Amino acid sequence: MQILRWTAVAAVSMLAVACGRQEPPAPPKAEPKAEAKAGPPAKAEPLKVGFVYVSPIGDAGWTTQHNRGREQMQAALGDKVTTSFVEKVPEGADAERVIRDLAAQGHKLIFTTSFGFMNPTIKVAEEFPDVKFEHATGYKSAANVGTYNARFYEGRYAAGVLAGRMTRTNTLGYVGAFPIPEVLQGINAFTLGARSVNPKAQVRVIWVNSWYDPGKERDAANALIGQGADIVTHHTDSSAVVATAEEKGKMAIAYHSDMSRFGPKAQLAAVTHHWGEYYTKTAQSVLDGNWKPSNIWGGMKDGMIKIEAFGESVPKDVVELVEARAAAIKAGEFHPFTGPIAGNDGREIAAKGVILTDEQLGKMDFYVQGVVGKVPAAGT
Amino acid sequence: METAATLVAASIAAGTPMLLAAIGILVHERSGVVNLGVEGMMLTAAVAAFAVTHDSGSHMLGFAAGMLAGALLAAVFAFFALVLHANQYATGLAIALLGAGASAFIGLPYSGQGLPARGADGIAGLRDLPIAGPVLFGHHPLVYVALLLVLAVAWLLFRTRAGLVLRAVGESPESAHAIGISVRGVRLAALLFGGACAGLAGAYLATVYTPLWAENMTAGRGWIALALVVFATWRPLRVLVGAYLFGGVTMLQLYLQGVGVQAPSQLMSMAPYLATIVVLALISRNPRWIRLNMPASLGKPFNPGA
Repeated sequence: MQILRWTAVAAVSMLAVACGRQEPPAPPKAEPKAEAKAGPPAKAEPLKVGFVYVSPIGDAGWTTQHNRGREQMQAALGDKVTTSFVEKVPEGADAERVIRDLAAQGHKLIFTTSFGFMNPTIKVAEEFPDVKFEHATGYKSAANVGTYNARFYEGRYAAGVLAGRMTRTNTLGYVGAFPIPEVLQGINAFTLGARSVNPKAQVRVIWVNSWYDPGKERDAANALIGQGADIVTHHTDSSAVVATAEEKGKMAIAYHSDMSRFGPKAQLAAVTHHWGEYYTKTAQSVLDGNWKPSNIWGGMKDGMIKIEAFGESVPKDVVELVEARAAAIKAGEFHPFTGPIAGNDGREIAAKGVILTDEQLGKMDFYVQGVVGKVPAAGT
Repeated sequence: METAATLVAASIAAGTPMLLAAIGILVHERSGVVNLGVEGMMLTAAVAAFAVTHDSGSHMLGFAAGMLAGALLAAVFAFFALVLHANQYATGLAIALLGAGASAFIGLPYSGQGLPARGADGIAGLRDLPIAGPVLFGHHPLVYVALLLVLAVAWLLFRTRAGLVLRAVGESPESAHAIGISVRGVRLAALLFGGACAGLAGAYLATVYTPLWAENMTAGRGWIALALVVFATWRPLRVLVGAYLFGGVTMLQLYLQGVGVQAPSQLMSMAPYLATIVVLALISRNPRWIRLNMPASLGKPFNPGA
């Protein structure tokens, strides 16, 4: 069987070589619900829900989690909805075309799941006033465009507590994509978490200027390990950092998805995203006819962010400690950005007991004490 | 010291794909053929190696598939350049573009997939030695293969009859033809060797170094390898220096970020290219030396019937 598959690969490659074919634009893949035919006829037409993904679904990462959310919604709502998705859509003019196609095909609810889809979404939404749009991580909304995002930093804080307890070198490595507020929130929450249990912990950051560049992510993880980091984590999309830690016999905290497949020994835990509940709720509100554009910034309490998939090497008391902190965040008893917070240049960011406002979080442009270096000039 | 050792070790690992590709380029350019398609060959090999390793679980089969894919594209190039006497530069560029497109197409189902975790590389026991351990003994076998390949090519080129024949074909195909050497045969063999080397480089990147498949993942390393060979004036040991240097500066800029050195990271990403060109241009600044080493028939088609 495997021989057959290789032969197929070889044949396809030769065919591709022979015809010099360029990659065709991926057509939207519809996933009709099998039971829809078999079951009793639905009273109403099912709601068509479209998803636009920025990267391939793959088996770990940002888009993987959105796709799981889609599957979860489909499972929860059964034949009341049909869903389809387009993956690997570049941010920019192509996105507009894809979103317009989905709307024109009769999708009444469309989720666009990357920051760079913001302007295309707004533009297409003007042309299709009866279609509801939901855009992830953006800040522009309209009468038929809502936005949603998650407080990723809540999971990062818990991960920091874990790393602070597990590190032996007191050096933690962080591979970042771009120095934008969302990523800085993560780095700072991670550092605050680590230093809450281990005041000697230091965080080193390397920026790779890309959301997805496995080669560079790996190089960066290697450099961090070479500088004494025994735990690395990442705010990039591939599993390269976890895989590198595994190879080097170090520890890692995965992001987006459980990546224990790539680092069975290395992974201490994973900070994971969960969109299924939100997608289900949103689709239900469209079905019920009471959807309104909202600006959701959910967190652990909404089940959007979790810390899970603890590795075997993590002692039980550490797991309990981390879970207790996560539970406090979830219950709203504790906010990761509660003062006293000092910047790593020594200035005071928040006095004792003061909690940073969402507006301050959204404009974050500094490192807290414990992070090495200075934030490079922003700009993505 | 420990940090310096890991930096050196990481540089060697990062320089290896360029080294593998460049040594292959050196061989076929020494025979007088320019193949600019290396980047495309590396990409196609990367996706072939990834696909086979992913489906079979065997790294050896993956390397074999990568070498085969590289050699296959080299054969396509050879058909146009050696049989049809097409312009080598144009054909090479076409192969580069074709490889980039074809690999993206073939790789669609594999992007975002991972390979199962691999254990630590190197020689158990020795790799944990302080300093010498990571630098000398902590690498993937292919790193050593690349190094041996360079030494073997250096020896072959300058110490054996086969090397003499290869260089003769590159210097003066007419003379070589006149004494009964099959110019096209030698060039075909050199091209296939170059393709297999580029393939191995791509396979290393996709299945060992990253190990993930992503569109355009070779990120210009094939072009760097081409430039390396020119700046190294077609001398194998200088290619070695250039490739490791490139790997070194690539890693160094990341290290500097880690210790908090303040410089735009985009500027630092530029550094490896700049440093490699400057250093190799300096060591090869003698124009006579370049002329002496540059194969005289480089890029010129040879048609024995004409």
